[in-house]
Amino acid sequence: MTPRTITPGDLTGAATELIARGHRLALMSAHQQARGFGVVYLFTAPGLDHTELHLHLPPDDPTLPSLARVSFPAGRFEREIRDLYGITPLDHPQPRRLVRHHHWPRGWYPMRADAGPPPAFGDPEGPFPFLTVEGPGVYEIPVGPVHAGLIEPGHFRFSVVGETVLKLKARLWFVHKGIEKLFQGRAPADALPLAERVSGDTSVGHALAYCLAVEEATGTAVPEEARSARAILLELERLYNHVTDLGALCNDVAHGILHAHAGRVREQLLRINDEVTGHRLLRGGVILGGAALRALPDPARLAAIGADVAEIVELALSHTVVADRFTGTALLRFEAARDLGTLGYVARASGFDADARRDHPSADLGSFTPALRTGGDVLARFQIRADEIAASIALISWLVSRSASGRSTPPSTDRPASGVGIAEGWRGTIVHRVELAPDGTLARVKIVDPSFFNWPALPVALDGAIVPDFPLVNKSFNLSYAGNDL
Amino acid sequence: MGAVLQVVLVAVGSPLLVGMMRQVRARLEGRAGAGIGQPWRDLRKLVRKEPIAPDGTGWVFRAAPLLLAGTVLVVAAVVPLVSTTSPLDEVADLFAVVALLALGSVALALGALDTSTAFGGMGASREMIVLALVEPTILLSVFALSVRVGTTNLGTIVTSAVADPLAVISPASLLAAAALAIVTIAETGRIPVDNPSTHLELTMIHEAMVLEYAGPDLALIEWASAMRLSVLLGLLTSLFAPWGIATGNAGLLALLLAAVVVIAKVALLGALLAAGEVFMAKLRLFRIPELLAGSFLMALLAVAASFFLA
Repeated sequence: MTPRTITPGDLTGAATELIARGHRLALMSAHQQARGFGVVYLFTAPGLDHTELHLHLPPDDPTLPSLARVSFPAGRFEREIRDLYGITPLDHPQPRRLVRHHHWPRGWYPMRADAGPPPAFGDPEGPFPFLTVEGPGVYEIPVGPVHAGLIEPGHFRFSVVGETVLKLKARLWFVHKGIEKLFQGRAPADALPLAERVSGDTSVGHALAYCLAVEEATGTAVPEEARSARAILLELERLYNHVTDLGALCNDVAHGILHAHAGRVREQLLRINDEVTGHRLLRGGVILGGAALRALPDPARLAAIGADVAEIVELALSHTVVADRFTGTALLRFEAARDLGTLGYVARASGFDADARRDHPSADLGSFTPALRTGGDVLARFQIRADEIAASIALISWLVSRSASGRSTPPSTDRPASGVGIAEGWRGTIVHRVELAPDGTLARVKIVDPSFFNWPALPVALDGAIVPDFPLVNKSFNLSYAGNDL
Repeated sequence: MGAVLQVVLVAVGSPLLVGMMRQVRARLEGRAGAGIGQPWRDLRKLVRKEPIAPDGTGWVFRAAPLLLAGTVLVVAAVVPLVSTTSPLDEVADLFAVVALLALGSVALALGALDTSTAFGGMGASREMIVLALVEPTILLSVFALSVRVGTTNLGTIVTSAVADPLAVISPASLLAAAALAIVTIAETGRIPVDNPSTHLELTMIHEAMVLEYAGPDLALIEWASAMRLSVLLGLLTSLFAPWGIATGNAGLLALLLAAVVVIAKVALLGALLAAGEVFMAKLRLFRIPELLAGSFLMALLAVAASFFLA
């Protein structure tokens, strides 16, 4: 990795050149320095070493040139940094707040060193400036942030004619937890449980990305068997979450029987998880410098589960009403998936082939090729999950013989260092970037969940869909609120 | 006498019918289920809560549950379930029954609009779409049955079916049965038209209208909805499988026997409906009119058949 220090004037040119060479902006992280602010732009490209651009900003009235016109995700990162650090992107096309909570006092930036404890709630900024769609028969449906089901808080504002959605605006960030700040000052090993809890259903994905980042920062070489063992854990996590989603998608079209069967298969997978790591959600399997497994999963049992899942998928898609509900619903086109920078199964269901397991491998996966579908509708997002379940089981079977627990201790170092970890969690590519202080504690941890990239794709896909299909479409994306709202 | 028995039966039995249907569904999906008495326990819980109404709502909101429950109770007294004779015999014709059911639906839709929430309006508009397609089908299919008898009085139609059981398997009757079965599913908000157990606000039809109700009002609506379901299922069995129904001035024993028979028939039909739902999925909202238009067509064919094949 080659960090390049750059001046604000050269930023746009350098970023444009990197993107033209096939890089994507994977992460943008601000941090407070002794004098002023530092901003890191992390660019990654398949098969290439990642590139970092470092920008230094003065402490008073910090501003940076906006890259929103070069890269759509950059615009969102800039808004996030503006809300959390008070660094203003100049000439931003969407200068609205993103992360900032409605009730945070004006001028309070929670990630700054002098932010102090959370202040009392007030109403200083006023309501979010939702764009009002006008016309004959147009009305608004506000939904949430508190929902009827057990889902996390998100506010959805539909502008609707009859039942057809003209525009959807999703507002998230109702439960900012300050996770990134909780990392600061901890020893890397003490912060691992925190990384496992960034998003409850992605404990391996986030733990792995975090460990990879710390290992890169400390120069730790992980034994090959432990790398394979981690890859197994990552696939086990993908398995149980994808099976859950297949059932939930059936349930959302009121085909409850397949939901019940998916729940049965999910329970079998959770019990395998428990045998493998001692935790049903796979916590404690990925450790700094290696992996700690109690047992390896039995490929024969997984193969039986794979056949079971295939039968559920077959039953779902041969049901004409279920197939009718899935087919052609909420089309996300390839161009939109690419331009928005979507990741994971959302991208791969629209024919946009992005998979960190192949592009940024952290273990030898043999001849693994990611599944790809081109439909872009709910059906494709259903099928890609089914494909990935089969691929994951095949991958685990291949990895089992070459995996074992093991760890290596990091070489001691006393200089500031940084590292990047990239892991293909079940939702998509997770990126963590850590900075270590001279005493070896964490100075700054930046977490990017794939949901941060994928949320803007949901309203795009929903264009022209009907209101009662929204829950199904939302489930087919199944984006994280917790991993997004750090 | 028969009418009193019917009302008591419907009032007490309907939540049990709903509980039984949920239990059938749970068992078929491999779940333990909450038990047949759960709807009654839910109603008891709701009744004990304090009455509460959203700010800005008026008498329409408060009156809707009462009107809904009241109309269903009147319908329960009028339609032939246990006995074909009713003290309200001269008004017990199919137009009155359909109008009473529609009155309840419209009252609930107005109550939903009165909350002036997006969900209330959305649910009301969807309910009206369904209602507008369901009511003509009910009218037409019962009309097809009344052609044979020459009157729209439900008691007389059922009595003649008891006298001539083979008439039930005529083409007109079978078409009308199919049409009426579909609209019963739509009218009571079952899969594939609506999902009574969903928590997804945006997909709801009936549930979206009652989102703002709580406590005793909600209990009244839940109870009335269960009664609508059992009255419509009861009407379906009386029209197309009237065996065992008490006709004329039947004695107490005959009435009790008829009550047992109708309970068995409705329970069987409910179990079949619940079992069928397990294998169904919910239609896309815009497909519902197609389904209901299909049922309307069947009802129309039934009328035509009853004229030309009579």
